[in-house]
Order: sequence, then structure tokens, then C-alpha cells
Amino acid sequence: MSEARAAVLAALRCARAPARALAPWTPPPAPDALPLREALARALEGVGGRLAVAPGPHALGEALESLPCFAGARRVASALPGVARANVDAGTHWDARDLDGLDVAVVPGRLAVAENGAVWVDGAALPHRALLWLAEHLVLVVPADAVVPDLHAAYARLRFDGPGFGVFVAGPSKTADIEQALVFGAQGPRTTTLVLAGTPPT
Amino acid sequence: MSHPDAAAAFLADPARAAWHDAALWHVRERRDAAAGAVPGWEALRERAAAVRRYALAHLADHLEAFERQATALGARVHFARDAAEHNALVLEILRGAGAKRVVKSKSMLTEECGLNAHLARAGIDVVDTDLGERIVQLREEPPSHIVMPAIHLRRAEVGALFHERLGAPAGASDPAALAETARRHLRAAFLRADAGITGANFLLADTGGVVVCTNEGNADLGTALPRLHVVCAGIEKVLPRAEDLPVFLRLLARSATGQPITAYTSHFHGPRPGAEMHVVLVDNGRSALLADPALRDALACIRCGACLNTCPVYRRSGGHSYGTPVAGPIGAVLAAARDPVRHASLPFASTLCGSCRDVCPVKIDLPRQLVALREAVRARRGDGPAVRLGVRLAAALLARPRLAEAAGALARRALALVPEPLWRRTPWGRARARPPLPRRSFRALYRGRRE
Repeated sequence: MSEARAAVLAALRCARAPARALAPWTPPPAPDALPLREALARALEGVGGRLAVAPGPHALGEALESLPCFAGARRVASALPGVARANVDAGTHWDARDLDGLDVAVVPGRLAVAENGAVWVDGAALPHRALLWLAEHLVLVVPADAVVPDLHAAYARLRFDGPGFGVFVAGPSKTADIEQALVFGAQGPRTTTLVLAGTPPT
Repeated sequence: MSHPDAAAAFLADPARAAWHDAALWHVRERRDAAAGAVPGWEALRERAAAVRRYALAHLADHLEAFERQATALGARVHFARDAAEHNALVLEILRGAGAKRVVKSKSMLTEECGLNAHLARAGIDVVDTDLGERIVQLREEPPSHIVMPAIHLRRAEVGALFHERLGAPAGASDPAALAETARRHLRAAFLRADAGITGANFLLADTGGVVVCTNEGNADLGTALPRLHVVCAGIEKVLPRAEDLPVFLRLLARSATGQPITAYTSHFHGPRPGAEMHVVLVDNGRSALLADPALRDALACIRCGACLNTCPVYRRSGGHSYGTPVAGPIGAVLAAARDPVRHASLPFASTLCGSCRDVCPVKIDLPRQLVALREAVRARRGDGPAVRLGVRLAAALLARPRLAEAAGALARRALALVPEPLWRRTPWGRARARPPLPRRSFRALYRGRRE
């Protein structure tokens, strides 16, 4: 098929779309009407997500226990150390399909975006990326000081310089494909909770 | 079938047509609210327009860069000149991996290429996993909207379909319960799939990355479990740099549905460890479109669907009336550019109100393109006898002011005398009430005002 490759590239070069330069650009300033934490809370609500806070470094376990999705959870997997309730070691599951039916997955997020409630999750931090979608409920734990105002600020912190997987997660899996009625838990998690961990900057 | 004829079939169910119109207008209003809440929205549109045009101006270079980077990450990159080559390549890749059961997330390109039918003939089971796509796949019909594939259906129809095909209870029509039925059905498909096919929202030339946006997470379930991931993408999907992404991601979902971002925005850089990833880059008429100065801007499209939602013709005629994989204003341009004879009615499926241009996140001048395509139709076909006669009459009247005024006076009285059944049989009167007619002409009013 290298014949096709040569033909396509030649056709594109023959098309003679006029050359253009791309000027340097500065993104518009991020909205600053609200404090970051408040903007994030509102955006999360808008995308159907939930927000919880673990004030100190040792309060994470307590904060997790108080989440509604932990009540009655039987199978819990965590990609973070020190989650007492975690009883499924996702790392030892050779086949990710075994993770189907997990009640809760606890996963570290690198940063949270105030404008849209999205959390960046780096695949390298997970035993298996399917953890994000096979669990009934997803808990994302993000350092409280890793909230950025908008996607421009978020991408300024991300690097794509090798093989890997990363994803912005904004709220639970959702659909409105039947008469525009919004339904959570279309395919993946039915709820997604963001836990901000650590003392927030004052 | 011409667009007006196909639209008449959709409009035969007035309740459905009214619901469709209102539902899409509601999406348009959500888009307006989301856009209005972002400071600098117009600056983002300007930038997105500039980046897309820059990407297209140097498309061959960007594709080569993407190929180099993606290959370095461990993906295999293929090129296909047309739909047949694309379908053959995908089948070969699937067979090479021994894949029999495939889950596919939304990809308008595979619709365009007719991939499902090709794979089915080869004995490969393909399950479309986006809920709306699965609904239309089970109904054996194409999607009617690029973002909301089943927007032409009512909940009871989905209920009846799921009762028949997925074992939902008879009479089920609650969207949450129906979505739950689909979730169980699709989860099983994900768990047994040998391969996942996805489209691509963006290809990143500088990193070799593939970015896919979904709300359901189906592209992710479809690629996280099987050992083979095949990406099918049009060659126009390339962005020069990963740092351009935030501009587009801030615009895309807000323009599409009014959401600030889709639930999942996945960045694939190479295959999972121990897995395989292929990217099939498809031309299928795109290089020819790039060579057309009047229409090449259409390749800048990021498939948000905003122009469909806002279009008074699309909202009132339904996606199937276009007879093309992509409907609405952008679909009319793409289809008529590709096959002007077959799709000769589509450039006319527009009021040229300009709303599509005003909401387009990459500022494609769709009305201007539709006019250019109309001119091409006229140049090929000439005018019909009715148009020729009408223009001749108008020219004769307008050259004689007194006669024109007398004709106007006559028409103001005569129109009210036309019997209703006859009025309804005229092309104009078929779907329009007669306007209340003024007693005096504009010229008479103007003269009166001066005196």
C-alpha cells in the first residue's frame, strides 16, 4: 500500500493550497470571576461529577469512607497506596476483563481543570487503563494544589514525549442518545467523584 | 431521491418533525449559553480557524510527520486512496490478528466508507458501541446526525426495538431503563471483542498522538480490552501540534452539545504494551476537495454538528433526507462537492440565512460554498422552463414601472381570491399559510407620506 501513500501525498501537494504561516498566539485570559475551587465545583456539577475534600494527607481514607459509593462496596481496587478498603489487586489481574463488575476504582489524577471539571489521568499511573471504565463508580484523587483554571494551563503542564495513554475525565459516563434524555452510567462509571487531597493553598 | 422529496417523507409525521425541530433548537440554545460563558470565545474561533487552515495548507508535511512519530511510538500507519482500499486494509489488519468480533466506536469515516457491510460480508461481527449508533445499526439504517445518531427516533421506537432485539420488557420507554439494557448488552460485546475500531477527532503531527472524544467511554472500553486497536481517520484530521489541542477541545463540545468538554478525551500515543495499534489514513476525495479553492475550507470541519443543529432546513427535514453520511449544511457541501450530479438538490437545501457560518467553531463560510455549488448546478443544467419564464416575466414587469404597479395592485386583490385547495397545490403554498396582504403598495404608502 505504499503506492497509495505516495499517491495521496502527491495529490495533496498538487492541490496547491496556498502556504500559510501560523502566528504566535496568546490564549484569552481564563475566567476569574470565581475562586478556582468554586469554579471547579460548579463545572463538576455541570458535567454530573461530584466533589469531596480530604483536608490533610492522612484524611484520604476517611474522606473515601464517607463517599456514598463506598457504602456497600464489595469489590474495590485502588491504584493509590493506603486505601484500606481496596481488596482487589488490579495489578495481578493478567486479563483486565476480570475487573468487570468492580464496585469502586480509586485512581490518582494529575490535575483538575476548573473551567470544565476535567481531571487528567495518566495511564502510566494505573495497573490497567480499563480500571477507569469497568468500575461502577470511579474516584479520582487529585492534589488540592493541582487545580488549573483552563485547558490552556492544563496542556502547558502535560508532555507527550513517548509512548503512553492519558485521558481527561469529566464526570461519569453519559448519554443523551434516547430523546435527548440525560442518563449517567451509559457504558462506564455511573458516578465519578473528584477528591481534592491535601491542604489547599490559601 | 431529491432532498425535498425525502424531506416530505420526514414531514409526513408532523408530531415527530415538530419534536425534532424543537429538540435540536434546544441543543443550539445550550451551545449559545456555553459559548457565551467563555471569555474570548471569538478569539478561540479565530485561532481554531487559523490553525485548521494552516494544517490543511501543509497537509502532506503534517501527515508525514504524524506517520513518523506514530511509527516511532509503535503504531502502524497505512494510507488508503478510497473507501475500497480503506475497507480492504481494515479487513486485512483484522484477519492478520485473527479478529472475528469487533467493537466500533463512532466514526463517520467508516460510515462514509461502508465498512460495516464490507466486514459483515467477510464474516466479521461488528458492533457499533455508541448507544445512538447501536440503535440505528439494529434498525439497519444510517445515523441521521453526526453527534446524535438517533435524534430522529422517539423513545417508544427505541423501546420496541430493544424489546425485539435485546430482550427489554414490552412497552419499555424510559430512557434510563433502555440505556441500562443497552449497557448490559454492550458490556458483553466489549468483554468478548477481539478488536476495537475507533475514529479520531484529532491526529497530532508533532507527537504521533490520536485523540478521541466520547461521552459514553465506549471508545475506551473498546480499546482498553482487546489486543488490537484500529483507528480509521480522514487525512484532514491532523493538527500541527499537541499544544493546539486546548483551543479545539474548548470549542468542540461546547459547539456540539453545550457541554464544556466531553466526559472522556483520550490521548493514544502508540499501542498498549503487548498490543497492536494501526492507523488507517483515508483520502476518499479529500485531496480533490483541497484542490478546489472555493470549497477547500470544508476540510477544516471538526464535526461538532453545530451547523446541523442551527439549520432551519436540517431541523425541519431530518438527517436522512440528505441521503449522505454527513447531513446538514456541511454535509450538503461535502456531498455535492464529491458527486454534484447525484446530490444536485443539496446545495439548495438551505435558506442561506448564514446561521451555520455564525456558529461554526472554525468559521467555515458554508453559505458562500452552497452558493458556489448552486452556481455549478446551474452552469451544468441551465435553468428549468419555470425559472426561465419567471425571470422573463419579472424582467418585463420591472422594466415598466406602471405595469409593475398595476400587476402588484391586481395581485394584492387576486391572491385573496385563490381558493384554498388551489393555493395548497402551489409549490409555495404547500407548506405556507397565505400572508395577510396590505391594501396599499409600498410605493403608494411612500407617496402618501411625502404629501
